[in-house]
Parts: sequence; C-alpha cells; structure tokens
Amino acid sequence: MKNGEVVKLTDVHKTYQTGDVEVHAVRGVSLEIQRGEFVALMGASGSGKSTLMNILGCLDRPTSGRYLLDDADVSVLDRDQLADIRNHKLGFVFQSFNLLPRTSARENVELPLLYGTHRLTHAQLREKADSVLASVGLAGREDHHPSQLSGGQQQRVAIARALVNDPEVVLADEPTGNLDSRTSVEIMGIFQQLNERGITIIMVTHEQDIAAYARRNVVMRDGLILNDFRVTQRLDAATELGKIAPIDSQI
Amino acid sequence: MKVGSTLNIALRALRRNKMRSVLTALGIIIGVAAVIAMVGIGNGAKAQVEAQIASLGQNVILIFSGSTTSSGIRTGWGGAGTLKIEDAEAIRREVPSVAAVSEEVVSTTQVAAGNQNWFTRIYGESADYLDIRQWPLVDGAPFTAQDVRSANKVCVIGRTTASQIYGNDDPVGQILRIKNVPFTITGVLTQKGLSTQGVDQDDIVIMPYTSAMKRVVGGTTLRNINVQIGDGRQIQAAQQQIIALLRQRHNIRPGRDDDFTVRNQQEIADAATATTAVMTVLLGSIAGVSLVVGGIGIMNIMLVSVTERTREIGTRMAVGAHGNDILMQFLIEAVTLSSVGGVIGIIFGIGASKILSSYAHWPTLISISSIVVAFLFSAAVGIFFGFYPARKAAALDPIEALRYE
Repeated sequence: MKNGEVVKLTDVHKTYQTGDVEVHAVRGVSLEIQRGEFVALMGASGSGKSTLMNILGCLDRPTSGRYLLDDADVSVLDRDQLADIRNHKLGFVFQSFNLLPRTSARENVELPLLYGTHRLTHAQLREKADSVLASVGLAGREDHHPSQLSGGQQQRVAIARALVNDPEVVLADEPTGNLDSRTSVEIMGIFQQLNERGITIIMVTHEQDIAAYARRNVVMRDGLILNDFRVTQRLDAATELGKIAPIDSQI
Repeated sequence: MKVGSTLNIALRALRRNKMRSVLTALGIIIGVAAVIAMVGIGNGAKAQVEAQIASLGQNVILIFSGSTTSSGIRTGWGGAGTLKIEDAEAIRREVPSVAAVSEEVVSTTQVAAGNQNWFTRIYGESADYLDIRQWPLVDGAPFTAQDVRSANKVCVIGRTTASQIYGNDDPVGQILRIKNVPFTITGVLTQKGLSTQGVDQDDIVIMPYTSAMKRVVGGTTLRNINVQIGDGRQIQAAQQQIIALLRQRHNIRPGRDDDFTVRNQQEIADAATATTAVMTVLLGSIAGVSLVVGGIGIMNIMLVSVTERTREIGTRMAVGAHGNDILMQFLIEAVTLSSVGGVIGIIFGIGASKILSSYAHWPTLISISSIVVAFLFSAAVGIFFGFYPARKAAALDPIEALRYE
C-alpha cells in the first residue's frame, strides 16, 4: 500500500450560472485526504458538500483550483479521460443504490469491468464479480435481481460494484439515506471493514451518528470548510449491532 | 472502443425488456416481410411475362408487313400486304447469320370433323416454325419441307382444338375439314397455355403456309416473317441487314419510311417487362413505407427508453462509460432490433409469398438480391432512426442523469 495523500484539493472553486445569477457553490476549498482515511463530509443542504463530492468523484470539474487524485492532476482532463479515472480509481455508492433493474447482482457488479480497458472473458468476469459479492456477504445471491433483495442487500451489491475495479477511493453519497437504522449500521460495518483493509472512503452524510463511524469529519457551510476534525469517540459497527440485536430478537 | 463489451451490454439491455423489444421489432418484421412478399409478387409476374416472351423462341426477329409509322394512312402490323414469299427467301439466302425462317399467314375460320365444329385460328408456317418456337409435339409428326413445297393438305393442331373436336379420341391421322377442304392431321402440339395477352395459344391449327395461302387464307402476301438467328450476339447486325435488304427489294428511297416493321424478341420482352417492373417498384415502395414506419417505431421506443433509463445511463457513466460507449450501446440496441426484425421479416415474407403462390396461384419469385437489400435496408433503418436517441443518451450530463427521478 502506497502512503501519502490520495486526494489533494487546492483552492477549489465551483461556480454555476443559473440564468443571470452566478451561484458560488464551492468558494475556495483546500483539502488533503491520506490513503486509508475514512472521511465523512458533512453539512446542511446548500453547503456545497454535494458539489464538492461531484468534483471529488470526477463527475464535475472545478471552475478554478487544482485537484490531484493519486498524484495526477485531474482538473484538466476531458469528459472521456474523467470517465476512465472514475472507472479505474474510484468506486461509487449512491443513496438510492442505482442498480440496473431486472439485472442479476452479478451482472450489476460486472458493469465497471465491462467499461474497463482489460478485456476479460465471461468466466473471468463471473469469477471476479462473485468473489467481490462474497466479500460483502452476498455469496449465494449472485443471480438475484434487485427487486428480490432487501435495501441493505441492494446497497451491498452497489458496494461490491464500487469495489470490483480495486479503486483508490470509494465515494459514498448518503449511503444510508434510504435504509433503516439497523441496516445503516450494517453498511457502516462493511465500510469499516473495507477501511481496515486500507481502502480510502469518502462519505457524504448529514447524520451525526453515521458520521461517527468515520475516522475524520469535514463539515462544510456556504461553500467553505467550517470544521475539520478527527472523530474522538468513534463508533464501532460490530459493537453497535450487538446493542441493536436484542431489540430485534424481542420482536 | 470495446465492441465486444458494448454488444454484450446492449444485448443484456434488450433481454431485460423482452416484450418491448419484440413489439418494436414487429414493426420492422412487418415492413420487411411486406417488402419481400410484394417484390416477390412483382418479380414473379415479371418472370412469368419473360417466360412467355421466351416461348416466342430464342433469338427471334419478327418482320411485319406494313408500318406503324408510315405517314398518311397508318396500318396495323401485318395490315398492308407488303411482304412477299420472295422476301423471305431473300432473307434466307442473303443474311448469313439466319438459322431458320418461317413465312407466316394467319386466318380465323370454322373447322369441322364428323359432327363437331370449332372456330379457331389457322397459322400458315414453314416446316421450321415449330423449331423456332421450341414447340414439340405430344403425338404424331410435324409436316415436312416437302409438304410445304407441295402445298399438301396436312396440319398439326393445338391441345385446345384437339379436345374441342375430338374429345378424348386420338386426332392423329384424322381428317379435319377447313373451309370444306379436307386436311390430314399429322400431329398434336404440346400445351403452351395463355399468351401475355391472355390468348389461348393452344387453340390453333398450323399448316404449311403454301397450303394456307392456296386453300384457306387466299392472297399472295405474308402477314409476317419469323427469323431465327443462330448466334444471339448477331441479332442487331442481322436486324440491320434485313432492314437494308428489304428496303432495297421494296425500292424504298433513302429518307422514306419502311413499309414493314422489324421487332426483335428483346424489344418485345422489354416492352412487356417494363409494365411489370413498374408494378414491382410500386408494390415495393408501398411496402417500403411500412418499413419506414417501423423505423419510426424504433426511434420512438428508443427515445422513451433513453428517458426511462436516464438514471441507468448516469450510473453507467459514473462507473466509467464514455459518451461513445453509451452511443454505441443504444445504436447497437436499435440495430439489433431492426436487423433481427429484418431476418424474421425475411422469413415471414418468404412464407407469405409461398402461401400466395399456393393459394392464390400468383407466381412469386424471391431473389437473393431482394433478401440482401431488405436486410441491409432494415439494418440501415436501425442506424438511421437509432442515431438520434443514442446521441441524446450519450450527451447526458452524468450528474443530472444520476439525479433524474
């Protein structure tokens, strides 16, 4: 595992033109994230955290400023080059899972591989997808369609999809927003396990107790970083699940 | 471009929406099937006409007495008696590429045998006539060159005439009275069916032209001369030689119209097939319209599909799909629909024309070229009508697409 910062933002601005009005969504953010960190990006709606997340996810380019991802300047890349970066170096987990409907879990996980540069055989695709699915606890459910899976299972499929190309950074946008509290903790447990394995995770959330599973919290307001601190009383998902379990068994 | 992966992705997407894929392809299936069947009917009619023209004989030049374009009084072909027996003999003698010549006179009259009688056409011909027209006998023997020289009272008769007068009896060797002259029947012709004009070609009596001129038709001129050329490539040259020869024999000065008309078989065939070709184009175009409608159906569904799958497109882009990958995916989906529809349509079209030939007795002819053209056209329809929706999908902004509800 390499050391040093994987993400380095230097004075990043993002300005939208909405009609005649200029909206300054991000107004000068500098941020460094080290390899192996677990960062929760927080803030109220309109704070600019989603815009920043889009920039971090190479879905959008900053209006000004520099973005070094894995020591490469990605703020100057074009649409297709950004797509390749997303494919090779990033993994996405969305609030509403964004799985392809009527498509098996395995085929959903194979999706980033299909857009990758390596040509894999059908058997290789299958093997890789199945092993990643097993690593998020979905062995035996490879042929299930999203409609046959619970919300938590769907989000695990999405996490498997994010991991399948061995990304530098996993970006999660409100990953627990559509899940009940118990399942949310389960998903946090998976993120913590991944993080233990050295995977860098950046997660957007507005929930204080979800952010507490991360190692570091970055709070935004009005397009600027308001607060950036280490989580002192970090929650451990396995412990928290143990507290919830008795309640479940009573029901 | 990862063509294999993109194909794989597109096929997966189509499989996810089986019913919609089938219904979309149905538009193309119907369009292609209609084109194949309609063009098949048109080509079948054309082939039938061509076969009938070919039954005139191979490499045949027809010379008719009289001109269709002579100034002043116009007479129909064969109307004015300008062709003489000597003209035919001169052609036989002086045009080297000529293989066979038959002098022809025609009449219609009542014929009788026993207590039966029948109104039929009498053709006076030379002994070569049946060879020129490739018209064999089912029974008996043809009349000979000697019969022609001696103006013998012999004839061969067509199947219709034979059955009208003799029923199931064998007419060979029987006496047929034509204008009260007894003719001996030497043979019965094979059945030839209807001509392009709908005339029953088997309702006929053929005899030496000498006998016909002397005993049935009267007169000293020929209605027309049938000339067969040995080598088909020399038809044009032979035609020019015949025109020059006849103008010379008829003392026609340069600048004056011919008093005869020369047509070769190809010209007659061209005129007849031109009509059916127009019909083929017309039927094909009408069917082509339904193919275009099918294409619009594809575009419609693809546009709906792009809107409905906006989030899917966003997700694909987020995990690394280029705009081109998305473009190719939707284009391949459209082309797959249209070309699979095309293949099924070709099968249905062939089936439909087989059914038409067996139940409606319409001749149909499916050519390889019409199959290839129909397939390529249906694939092109997919590309043409799939391109706009595909480009629309490829141009989506991933952030907007991901947020789309």
